[in-house]
Amino acid sequence: MQARKPSGGALVLAVIPFAAMCFSVSLWDRVEPMLFGIPFNLFWLISWIVLSSLCMRVAYQMEITRNKKNGDPG
Amino acid sequence: MSPSAVSMTTTCVIVAIGVTTGILAGARRKMDLEQWTVGGRGFGAVLIFLLMAGEVYTTFAFLGASGWAYSRGGPTLYVMAYLTLAYVVSFFILPQIWEMGRKHGMQTQADFFSIRYGNKYLAGFVCIVGIASFVPYLQLQLTGLGMIVSIASFDGIGRTPAMVLSVVLLAAFVFASGIRAVAWVSVVKDVLMVFAAVAIGIGIPYTYFGGIGPMFVALAHAHPAHLTMPGATTNLGHTWYISTVLLTSLGFYMWPHAFGSAFTAKSGNTLRRNAAVMPLYSLTLAFILFAGFATVLVLPGLPNGDLSLLTVVRTSFPPWFLGVVGGAGALTAMVPASIFILTAATLFSKNLYRPLFAPAMTDDQIAKLARVMVVVLGLISLCLAIYSSSTLVSLLLTGYAGVTQFFPGVVLGLYWKRVTMVAVFAGMIAGVATSIVLMTGHWDPLFGWSAGFVALCLNFMITALLSLLAPRGAKSSHTPEASLVTKVLE
Repeated sequence: MQARKPSGGALVLAVIPFAAMCFSVSLWDRVEPMLFGIPFNLFWLISWIVLSSLCMRVAYQMEITRNKKNGDPG
Repeated sequence: MSPSAVSMTTTCVIVAIGVTTGILAGARRKMDLEQWTVGGRGFGAVLIFLLMAGEVYTTFAFLGASGWAYSRGGPTLYVMAYLTLAYVVSFFILPQIWEMGRKHGMQTQADFFSIRYGNKYLAGFVCIVGIASFVPYLQLQLTGLGMIVSIASFDGIGRTPAMVLSVVLLAAFVFASGIRAVAWVSVVKDVLMVFAAVAIGIGIPYTYFGGIGPMFVALAHAHPAHLTMPGATTNLGHTWYISTVLLTSLGFYMWPHAFGSAFTAKSGNTLRRNAAVMPLYSLTLAFILFAGFATVLVLPGLPNGDLSLLTVVRTSFPPWFLGVVGGAGALTAMVPASIFILTAATLFSKNLYRPLFAPAMTDDQIAKLARVMVVVLGLISLCLAIYSSSTLVSLLLTGYAGVTQFFPGVVLGLYWKRVTMVAVFAGMIAGVATSIVLMTGHWDPLFGWSAGFVALCLNFMITALLSLLAPRGAKSSHTPEASLVTKVLE
C-alpha cells in the first residue's frame, strides 16, 4: 500500500525553504538593514514566501514530467 | 443613521449573503455521505484553493497574529514561516493520501488509519484525539466571533447573542449542504478578508506615521528589541522558533479537517499545484502584522492583545468599514467552525460509533447520525464558549501538540513498508501523553524547546524503533483485517 517515492529533485527543492525560513533564523533575525521600509527579518520571510512558491512550482513540473514518462496521469 | 446602526447593518448584510450562499451551494444535489463529506471528490483547483484557504485563515490569523505582533513582537513571525512550510510538506503527503483515498474509498483521516493499519481501535483513538483537539479550537473561533461582532457593532450586539445566532446559522448551512457550503462561504469570506487586511495594514501606518517605513523606524527607535526574537517575552527565542515552526508546519495537515480536504480533490496534481500557489496567499498575513506593530505605538497598554486590531480599526476607520470587518470577521470564524463541526460529526459517526457499537449501520444512517451530531456538537461548543475559561490559548496549543502526533503514522505509513500497527499505536500514545504531561505541568517551552515538538521526537523514535524490532515479514502491514475492512468499505 506504499506511495510512490517523490523524486530527489523535488525533495531538494523542499529542503531549501526549510533551510531559509526555519533553521537559519539566527542569521537573519535582525532589524537592520531595513529594506523598502520593512525590518530585515520580516522582509526575509516575505521574500521567501514568494521564493518557496517558486520552488514548489518547479517541483510540480518535475513530478508532472516524471509521472507522464511513467504513463501515469497522476 | 448612527455609526453603530451603519456598522451593524453592514455586518448583518454580509453574514446574510454568506449564509445564503452556503445554503444554496448544495441545492439540486442529492446529499449522500460521499457528497456531504468530500463533495463527491469533484473539487477542481479553484474550489480546493478556496476551501483550504478558508480553513487556514481563521480568527486566530485575524486576531491572534496581530495580537501577538502587539503583545509579543518578534516571535509572531513564526506564523509567516509555518504556513508556507506547511504547504511545502503538503506536496509530499496530500497527493499520496488522495490516491490511497480514491483506491480505498476513504472519506476521513480515521479511514486512513483504519485501512492502512487494519485496526479499528487505532482508528478510534485517532478519532478521539482529533475530536478532543477540535473542542478548544472551536471554542476559540466562537469566542473570537463574539469579540468581533460586539466591537464592530459598538457593543450593540452582545457576545452571547452573536455566538448563539452564528452557531444556528452555521449549523443550518452545514446541515443543508455539507462541505460544498463551506467552500462557497469561503469565497465570500476570503474576498472580504483580503480587502480588509490590505486596507488595515496600509491604512493604519499611513494615518498615524505617513507610511509603513516611517512606522517601523519609529517602532525600532521606541522599542529596539520588540521587532526581533524574543521580543517582549523572555523564553520565545530562536530554539523556540525552530521547534515551533517544525511542530506546526508538520502538524498542520494532521488536523482531521485539513487532512480530509485532500479527499475532495479531483486529482493528485490539483493538490500539487495548490502547494505551489497557497504560500502566496499567506502574504496577506504581512498586512495584518503591520497593523499589529503599528498599534504598539498608536494604542499602547491595551490589556488584551487579541483586541488590539479591532480597537485600532474602530478608532481609525469609518463605521461602514468597521461593519465590513465585522462581517468578514464573523464569516472568518464561521467557516472554520463549520468545517470543524462537519469533520468531527463525520468522524464520530463513521469511525467511532459504527465500528465499535453498531457495525450494521448503512451509509445513509451514518449520514443521518452525522447531521444529528452537527447539532449536538454545535450546542456543546456554544456552551463551552459562553462559559469559557481564560486558559484558551494553552488549550489550543495542547490541541496542536495532540494532532501532530499523527504525523509519524501518516508519513511512515505512506513511505515505509516496515512500519507496524503496534509501533504507530505505541508511539502515538507516548506522544499524546507526553504533550499532555508537559503542557498541564507548565513545562512548555521545555529548556527553550516547544513541548509538542519534544513529544513528536519521542513519538518518532518509538515508532521507528518498535517497527525495526518487529520480525521481518511476520507483521506485514497488510493484515487480513485490513483487507476485510477494505472489502466492507467497497
